[in-house]
Amino acid sequence: MALPLTYNFRNVLVRWRATLATILGIGLVVAVFVLVQALAVGLEKSASNTGDPRNIMIVRKGSTAESTSMVSLAQLQIIRYWEQIARNEAGVPLVSADVITLISQPRIDGRGEANVSVRGLTPVGMALRPQVKLISGRWFTPGKREVAVSQKMARRFAGFHVGDSFRTAGNTLTVVGEFDGSNSAFDSEVWMDADETRSLFDRQNYSSLLVRAASPQAGQEIVSRIEADKRLPLLAGPEVKYYGDQTATAMPIKILGNFLATAMSIGAVFAAMNTMYASVGSRTREIGTLRVLGFRRRTILAGFIIEGALLAAIGGVVGCLLALPLHGVSTGTMSFNSFSETVFEFRITPWLAAKGMIFAVVVGIIGSLLPAIRASRLPVITALKSV
Amino acid sequence: MAEPIVKIRELTKLYSQGEIQVTALDRITLDIAAGEFLALMGPSGSGKSTLLHIIAGVDRPTSGQCLVQGVDVTKLNESQLADWRNQNVGFIFQTFNLIPVLTAAENVELPLLLTRLSRTQRRKQVETALEVVGLADRAKHLPRQLSGGQEQRVAIARALVTDPALIVADEPTGNLDSHSAQEVLSALQALRKDAGKTIIMVTHDPKAAAFGTRQIHLEKGELSQ
Repeated sequence: MALPLTYNFRNVLVRWRATLATILGIGLVVAVFVLVQALAVGLEKSASNTGDPRNIMIVRKGSTAESTSMVSLAQLQIIRYWEQIARNEAGVPLVSADVITLISQPRIDGRGEANVSVRGLTPVGMALRPQVKLISGRWFTPGKREVAVSQKMARRFAGFHVGDSFRTAGNTLTVVGEFDGSNSAFDSEVWMDADETRSLFDRQNYSSLLVRAASPQAGQEIVSRIEADKRLPLLAGPEVKYYGDQTATAMPIKILGNFLATAMSIGAVFAAMNTMYASVGSRTREIGTLRVLGFRRRTILAGFIIEGALLAAIGGVVGCLLALPLHGVSTGTMSFNSFSETVFEFRITPWLAAKGMIFAVVVGIIGSLLPAIRASRLPVITALKSV
Repeated sequence: MAEPIVKIRELTKLYSQGEIQVTALDRITLDIAAGEFLALMGPSGSGKSTLLHIIAGVDRPTSGQCLVQGVDVTKLNESQLADWRNQNVGFIFQTFNLIPVLTAAENVELPLLLTRLSRTQRRKQVETALEVVGLADRAKHLPRQLSGGQEQRVAIARALVTDPALIVADEPTGNLDSHSAQEVLSALQALRKDAGKTIIMVTHDPKAAAFGTRQIHLEKGELSQ
């Protein structure tokens, strides 16, 4: 038979000054744990918002990112009129030949410069990415040195708001619109006309092709046709998979996060242990009394472990509450795939919060294990005589 | 005389303090009849508390027998002893030993949590026990909101709530003023008279001992009636 939970709960509360420090300590660890995981989730979410299952992405064989890929005009001509590629009402094949280039831009907060991806594309390319929506200003006009910038990039870089202009590659570009990429990878881009990008940045070739397959079957055929054609040293695959692979960027964050959380959790375990040892120490006679009344050793053991878990669970709630205000806040990092600034949001999912709570409770249980064993092993007489 | 409730035969308890061996109890033989209020007296270190602890099943003798209601408590293991104490002995401490975070009623209810009684049955027994000690109106108070005498009466209620045949009290008035001590001793006396409980009380206060039906003295581990 267990001790009533109210007993454990009140014991946690009664020493609130001592427990508060432990609760805050565990809370901070959980907050860090949740936030780092939230970054990784945000990055993955950004990737999963990007691809369209009907789209096929074509890049140069051996390149892992669009920015390091190259597709020649001749290659484009071979592929463009394949019957597996869907067409719009006007009969134009839905093929977007994009140019990706990096420009260096000063950050808005003056903390130096960072690489920004510029995507040169055509109206077909925009139609293939319906999640990108104009939210202010207008789209660029080809030939007029105009660009549209994602709203999230506009908040991070200088000279990126509608009406602003900036210099790059010897030219002055004017921002005429801001778009929202619905938390996709396009939120990290600047868009302008494809041919204008090629001439401005002196590019003979395109970086990648995005094509809309006429059917899932046709999509597979496109992939195998490219694979089979000796003239095309290209790699085709579903757009969804391409962006999924880009989440490798999240790996260092996850590793760092797990390392941080592990290191901090060791500290938190000791904090919990300290609190629980103090708790056992000051309640030695109480433990003796419970034993005299007939409570068994394992009940005492379970009681103190439950108390430690309870303490940590309160810390877990505090940690989640500390992390919560950052939910939806966007941040950026350099992607190790595109070598440019990638923006994404902290995303604290219910599952992530649950993981944080589990993490806290595990810390509490480990921390209270030794003190609980000590409490349960106290000889009754010794315990009773303690003051 | 009917079969005694406590039968002690040749009970010896040795402690070793470093190299010196201390004899706390030296071949004690003692019978305690059901319905007695026995006052165990003696100076500090005479072994009276040790004797009480062995009878109550919280300490073990070095040798000898201690039968309580026919059960040799020296032969029970840890868990059996815990269950046995819960069902057969009510314990009253000098320092009351109430759980500070629990209310009077919750403290009294503690031993009942180990029984199969339902919540309502438990509540009822707690209520009755608190009425017996005259503290029904303090049920929701925490120990720190009670006076010393009241705390000890709550402890008495906790000792009798499982309706054990034997109640042991270790210096129950040691931490109380004379007025509160009087209350507590009267309560114990009433338990013997009205409920027929057997009470063993350790004390070194002759005034307290006078409440008992029999007084025995321990000196250096030996009985000196």
